[in-house]
Amino acid sequence: MAQNEDMSTETHLGSENHSDHPTPLTYFKVAMILSIITAIEVGIFYVEDLSYGIIPILTILSVMKFALVIMFYMHLRYDNRLFSTLFLTGLALAFLVVIALLALFQFFTPS
Amino acid sequence: MIQMKAKVIKGARILQEAVTTQHGTDHEYTTTGLNHRKLLMWAFLGSDCMFFGSLIATYMVYYGKSKVGPFPEDLFSIPITSVSTFVLLMSSMSMVLAYAAIRKGSLKGFRVWILSTALMGMTFLAFQVFEFYEFANHEVHFDCSQVGTGNLSAFEESFQNECIEGVTTVDGIHDSDGNNLTGLTPKTNLFGTTFFTLTGFHGAHVTLGVIWLLSLFFYSFRGGVTRERDLDVDLAALYWHFVDIVWIVIFTVVYLFGVFPGFPES
Repeated sequence: MAQNEDMSTETHLGSENHSDHPTPLTYFKVAMILSIITAIEVGIFYVEDLSYGIIPILTILSVMKFALVIMFYMHLRYDNRLFSTLFLTGLALAFLVVIALLALFQFFTPS
Repeated sequence: MIQMKAKVIKGARILQEAVTTQHGTDHEYTTTGLNHRKLLMWAFLGSDCMFFGSLIATYMVYYGKSKVGPFPEDLFSIPITSVSTFVLLMSSMSMVLAYAAIRKGSLKGFRVWILSTALMGMTFLAFQVFEFYEFANHEVHFDCSQVGTGNLSAFEESFQNECIEGVTTVDGIHDSDGNNLTGLTPKTNLFGTTFFTLTGFHGAHVTLGVIWLLSLFFYSFRGGVTRERDLDVDLAALYWHFVDIVWIVIFTVVYLFGVFPGFPES
């Protein structure tokens, strides 16, 4: 029985690859911040005077939401850096693909 | 005979433990010291970024290039989509709480949170089905006296020829068989094609996620989800959070930028 418990602990640690995880309270706080940012996004949407100024504002807010989810909910902040490298490499490639496609189809050229 | 049967059962147990040790609890040697399944999941999510990146880029490239309507401003409802976005964000919180519960060994907590995650995922899908249905059945209704006043959208203005003498209002455009001609389908225009492809693939990812979550929920009643096998929940959680972050981008790029009323007329 004791042997089983030891094995259980050992295997559990073996599957971790990370140290401390946030507490449920932190998860809740992150959720509240995400909700508030979303509310701000929707609120800003109705401010027509911002014109093209809305693009950097909403982009920054979205990046903040994105970063909060991957750092706290997906635990990249706490996990091994190789996981971050794998994911962020794919993300960077995706970003380059988007920019390349937009440039190729003259998205940035005023019609 | 009985002894032989007992030996066979014992052998089967040893084999099962060996398999569990190899695949279930992930206690194997790896050169990186990291779990292969988790590494593979992150590699998959990185590649899926490129998949959605190309779909989002395609949507942006063809944005505003449709020759016929309906257009985004005729269809999108930001308040409704904001609610579904909120639901998906909250599902991410409940997912991570399900993972935290199983890490603490609380099977009851795990079941509560993972079921609530799946329910919120289904709610999001219901919103999407509702949205697709509304788009496909979109009808134009306007008063002919509004034509040329600037109060009608470009799409509505394109039907001003319907305002012939004696007609005061236009209530939907239909063919001779009574089919609605003003709905949005994937073949209506470039907007429809790119929009349904992008959001449809995201919806398919959410659907797969819901199935995965429900599988874990029911599997927990058969003893398949334990504290020692928390990686199974971790992988599902990573996938679920990924569909959430993809939606964060789609909501901003497709919906908010797509119909922002403050952009100057080009």
